[in-house]
Amino acid sequence: MLEFDTIAAISTAPGEGAIAIVRLSGDRAVKIANLIFKGKNLNNVHSHTVHYGHIVNPETNVVLEEVMLTVMLAPKTFTKEDVVEINCHGGIVSVNRVLELVLEYGARLAEPGEFTKRAFLNGRIDLSQAEAVIDIIRAKTDKAMTVALNQLEGRLSNKIVSLRQKLLETLAHIEVNIDYPEYDDVEEMTNSILLPKVTEVLNELEIMLQSARHGKIIREGVATAIIGRPNVGKSSLLNALIQENKAIVTDIPGTTRDVIEEYVNVRGIPLKLIDTAGIRETEDIVEKIGVERSKKAISDADLVLFVLNNNEQFSDKDLELFNLVEDKEIVIVLNKIDLPNQLNIEGLKLSSNAIIVKTSVNNDHGIEELEEAIYNKYMGGAIEGNDLTYISNTRHIDLIKKSKKSLNEAVVAIKCDTPIDLIQIDLVRAWEYLGQIIGDSVQESLIDQLFSQFCLGK
Amino acid sequence: MESTGMKFDVIVIGAGHAGCEAALASARMGSKTLLISINLDTVAYMPCNPSIGGPAKGIVVREIDALGGEMGKNIDKTHIQMRMLNTGKGPAVRALRAQADKYLYQHEMKKTIEQQDNLVLEQGLVEELIIEDDCVKGIITRTGIRYLADAVVITTGTYLRGKIIIGNVEYSSGPNNQQPSIRLSEQLIDLGFDLVRFKTGTPPRVNSKTIDYSKTEIQPGDDVPRAFSFETTEYKDDQIPCWLTYTNEQTHNIINNNLHLSPMYSGMIVGTGPRYCPSIEDKIVRFNDKPRHQLFLEPEGRNTEEVYVQGLSTSLPEYVQIQMIKSISGLENAQIMRSGYAIEYDAVVPTQLWPTLETKIIKNLYTAGQINGTSGYEEAAGQGLIAGINASLKAQKKEPLILDRSDAYIGVLIDDLVTKGTNEPYRLLTSRAEYRLILRHDNADVRLTGYGFKVGLINEDRYSRFLSKLDKIETEKQRLKEITIKPTKEIQELLFNLSGSELKDGIKPYELLKRPEIHYSHLLKIGFGNNELETEVLEQVEIQIKYEGYIEKSLQQVEKMKKMDSKKIPDNIDYDSINGLASEARQKLKQVRPLSIGQASRISGVNPADISILLVYIEQGKIAKTNN
Repeated sequence: MLEFDTIAAISTAPGEGAIAIVRLSGDRAVKIANLIFKGKNLNNVHSHTVHYGHIVNPETNVVLEEVMLTVMLAPKTFTKEDVVEINCHGGIVSVNRVLELVLEYGARLAEPGEFTKRAFLNGRIDLSQAEAVIDIIRAKTDKAMTVALNQLEGRLSNKIVSLRQKLLETLAHIEVNIDYPEYDDVEEMTNSILLPKVTEVLNELEIMLQSARHGKIIREGVATAIIGRPNVGKSSLLNALIQENKAIVTDIPGTTRDVIEEYVNVRGIPLKLIDTAGIRETEDIVEKIGVERSKKAISDADLVLFVLNNNEQFSDKDLELFNLVEDKEIVIVLNKIDLPNQLNIEGLKLSSNAIIVKTSVNNDHGIEELEEAIYNKYMGGAIEGNDLTYISNTRHIDLIKKSKKSLNEAVVAIKCDTPIDLIQIDLVRAWEYLGQIIGDSVQESLIDQLFSQFCLGK
Repeated sequence: MESTGMKFDVIVIGAGHAGCEAALASARMGSKTLLISINLDTVAYMPCNPSIGGPAKGIVVREIDALGGEMGKNIDKTHIQMRMLNTGKGPAVRALRAQADKYLYQHEMKKTIEQQDNLVLEQGLVEELIIEDDCVKGIITRTGIRYLADAVVITTGTYLRGKIIIGNVEYSSGPNNQQPSIRLSEQLIDLGFDLVRFKTGTPPRVNSKTIDYSKTEIQPGDDVPRAFSFETTEYKDDQIPCWLTYTNEQTHNIINNNLHLSPMYSGMIVGTGPRYCPSIEDKIVRFNDKPRHQLFLEPEGRNTEEVYVQGLSTSLPEYVQIQMIKSISGLENAQIMRSGYAIEYDAVVPTQLWPTLETKIIKNLYTAGQINGTSGYEEAAGQGLIAGINASLKAQKKEPLILDRSDAYIGVLIDDLVTKGTNEPYRLLTSRAEYRLILRHDNADVRLTGYGFKVGLINEDRYSRFLSKLDKIETEKQRLKEITIKPTKEIQELLFNLSGSELKDGIKPYELLKRPEIHYSHLLKIGFGNNELETEVLEQVEIQIKYEGYIEKSLQQVEKMKKMDSKKIPDNIDYDSINGLASEARQKLKQVRPLSIGQASRISGVNPADISILLVYIEQGKIAKTNN
């Protein structure tokens, strides 16, 4: 039943350009945009008009973005549906936050080619494009299978299956009370029995959201520390990454000194570079302070780029630093390979997912390979086309969030002593959202559960 | 063959719960109708439990009544007890259930049919359908009479090649040792229909005089007068109770020791039985950790001593049934008057039907009830009504009536059958309905009276009363939005004493009603209600306001479904020529031939990508047409 939802997606290439656009299409497009837009009531504006304002999370009142927002009402739009375009500042993080908010407030993440498909279905595009649209749809499902298999880590998938099963047993219990009210050997499901069951699933979803690696990547970027002794080329590496990929610099106020976070977008993956100021400074500072700083940076990091000088022997200082990072996700950057090899790291105990990349940063050599390695580390390498990988993850997060939202509504209803068959509406919804992650459908399994869990009948 | 040359508009074969509704609807819509049945003493017969209604099913009875059907009125006149179930839960799942006087029920229905204009009731066994050019033209009876008709409805229940099995005894039979129908089944196969073999069963009946009720628990009806029909005004106050007892370890031992004699386990029964209505031997095998199972003792009527032992459906040999019964508390000396049995019968694979219940293979031929793979009197009656309406509309060359999943449980039932099919006897459960909150017991009239009026089963008088009810509901809702309750000391005290609720500021009664502890009756008591409104108006006002948020959520879902359902699939679509459909989807689509994208999306095995492709293909066709 997804065909007529209001859909949304980032319709500019990820991370490129000075602006990024989140586009919505469907009959609730304006309504949804209005929920998160501060500046004007969009329900009353004329078609094809542009509005200045801010995207604000209505629950937390946190301002996410300063935007220009375009409202285009059906039928004179690309899809012939109501369309809203939100122009954000470029850069993957903020536009993703806007997209996530749009999804949270009722839109569904568009599938590849879906805007075009709608344009076609609504008679906007001519016949010659139909085959192309079918190709897109078919390609999508083939890939979707791969994505489902590769992207959905076994652990996550198992987790969702087990959470669904918990919900399903609870649902079956509620259903059996409704359909077989006189069976006294089935305990009556009351709101007080229900509350801990729902809360349990809710908490697990919350933990999943917080720890979901890909979710965190998209929300916050990969916290990346560049670690190494002075003069191994950290600073040059930093500059190379920044030059290669447009960086977004954010000042973080309220700290005692100016800590600067810089984001670089490596093939769709936002890297949040930690303590770049430190890297720039420590080249001149006493080594002790350098190590202290490194320790701090390492403890915050998801990913460590451990830089060694190919032209020097492996020192005690190197080992000291290495011991700090050996448990982290690590890419070992052997820099200055244009100079004669003096370094021997065969004695190092590397973890199985550590990767070694050889560079000569000053000669612009090996940066490509480094980026490739980072990309593979986070996106598994199995999927081509960065937007697809990224979408499947956003989709999962979106669905988990929606599921969580439904459960939250159920909890509120339980506390208000709402009749259980109404609470069940939210529980079913939560269960369906989780099902969409693993591609499972609805009704029959509930009825199967009902009859396998309880002994019923006349 | 002899022929009377008699011509009807509609012929209904079988006078069970489906057939009675079909025939009455057709006749009342002005079509000259014949209702023909193997035995006129079994019109509206209840071969299984003597009860009507319950969760989901009770709502179906209300829906039948709102559409102008008979079941609700008939049970209101003939019940021995009524109870509202699920009163502790929300409004969506409340359900009325009546214990029937099964003899009175039959007599009353037969009388109604006999008195109906345009309707001929006749005894006879139909052996053959007259078919020309894949279109049904009439019937031929075993005694050689031919009747012609524009449309024929088959409602043969479990009679098609019926076979009764008790222990190792089996014989060809309809329910309760009635004559089965053999030839019709064979002809359906010859015509190309896929039939499946289903199985159901019934428990023993015991003589009330031989039950020791002191060892059982009483199950009385409600004190409040209840009725299924929106038109019933007379209520029965002389209700008869049911009684509750249990199986025990000894009963279970007897069953376990004799399992090898059960036709279910010896392989004699090949038909698929329903999970929701298992035999006692099934329950004990599948749930062997349960120390006891409930048994309800249900009187079969006011003028009979026969008592139905609900929960003890079995096909074990008769002597084992006797041992089982004697092991049960209160039944130690009980005499079995009729033993339990299993019955196997042919059913039509229901995906061979359009949502109108017309068959896809033979035009103007309709099937309804247990022959479509369902079980239950209410499910049968609901289908019978729709088949009767559509057969009559067809005879009158009018557009058919199709209820969707948000209109009625009857819509859910038929959509499930024709879209998904069923691999066991199908029973309605509230969990089969996605929009349960919309499909309530209390609002069946709001949902369906309009349809009943449109097809001519609801008369002007009833319809105008209905419209005035709707008007009152809206007016009152509006009024409650406009006035304000001020938190005076007097009001605060009254309200607090009534409900424990307190006001902070002035509040609209509309908002106040949304508090869980507040009911319309409280508004009346604090002087903000409207004394002149009828209870059923107030009930609607309260439910619509109190559950507005949830109703709104459900309506959003309904809206989506309606959009999908409004995208029609052209009837000449060639699924083989559509590139890119998955092969399972293609095969299912060819079989079901859905009328809309919505229906297609509900077929298992048809995934969203196939739906997308289908949409694109249909759009292509439209463009091609305009280009030509």
